[in-house]
Amino acid sequence: MAADASVVEVVLESDLKNVEVAEEVTRRVSNTAGFDEDEQHRIDMAVHESVINAIWHGNKNDPSKHIWLRFEIFSDRLEIRVRDQGNGYDPGHLPDPLSQENLLNVSGRGIFLIRTFMDDFRVESRAGQGTEVVLVKRLNSNNSAPSRREGP
Amino acid sequence: MSMKATLRQIDSVTVVDMSGRITLGEGCTTLRELIREQLGKGKKHLLLNLADVTYIDSSGIGELVSGFTTVSNQGGQLKLLNLTKKVHDLLQITKLYTVFDVHDDEAKAIGAFEKSAGA
Ligand SMILES: Nc1ncnc2c1ncn2[C@@H]1O[C@H](COP(=O)(O)OP(=O)(O)O)[C@@H](O)[C@H]1O
Ligand SMILES: [Mg+2]
Repeated sequence: MAADASVVEVVLESDLKNVEVAEEVTRRVSNTAGFDEDEQHRIDMAVHESVINAIWHGNKNDPSKHIWLRFEIFSDRLEIRVRDQGNGYDPGHLPDPLSQENLLNVSGRGIFLIRTFMDDFRVESRAGQGTEVVLVKRLNSNNSAPSRREGP
Repeated sequence: MSMKATLRQIDSVTVVDMSGRITLGEGCTTLRELIREQLGKGKKHLLLNLADVTYIDSSGIGELVSGFTTVSNQGGQLKLLNLTKKVHDLLQITKLYTVFDVHDDEAKAIGAFEKSAGA
């Protein structure tokens, strides 16, 4: 056991009604980790998008499947894992939602927002073990400008 | 907590006061049906007041884009009013801020419709 890490784990039924449960836990954890309001909202959105993707794309809306959430607070960062029971995907080959031809698309902005709001995002897919996305937010990172609150 | 929408008619403009969450599920569905309903009634000038919208996710952004496109395709106009900082930032990040006609003064926003309607 890592002495300086604090861990919260949650298992959710794969149902959209649990998205807000995931958000509530995320709020609690990111608050405990010491993130300010704005950063909490960004982390919240990143988890929201990840959980919806897990339910929708990963578990294909099958309510008998599950989503695993794992939060690990380190002294310098918060690491969040969202795992589903799907086949995985390659986040390196997604269309750019900012390009002119995609600007008015109705979907395809989830991963982009996650990448914008977090310091690190990666996808780990293992055969038979589903897909796990890893979201990392560093404490005191300057990535969350422009709206950082002035410190006391 | 989901989304609430109240309608006011000012001249040719339907002002939609929205509050809560425009997110996948109820929030997005409510917005989509509301826009369809207004277009069905021949109301093609829609001003969405987002002052009390606390949360928009990627699906909500998609729903706004889809509403904008649908209304435009029918010869109407959809404009946005009173963005919170969060929503403003979200539209900046996704490069949609300049796609939408965004206002922070209701009277001016309504005036912007009338000008283009008379053209
Ligand atoms: N958990 C997942 N499992 C499988 N595929 C996924 C998962 N998350 C995302 N994807 C794939 O990546 C694409 C982009 O996701 P995203 O940026 O959230 O846009 P959207 O969900 O609107 O399609 C999805 O359309 C899907 O093909
Ligand atoms: Mg998505």
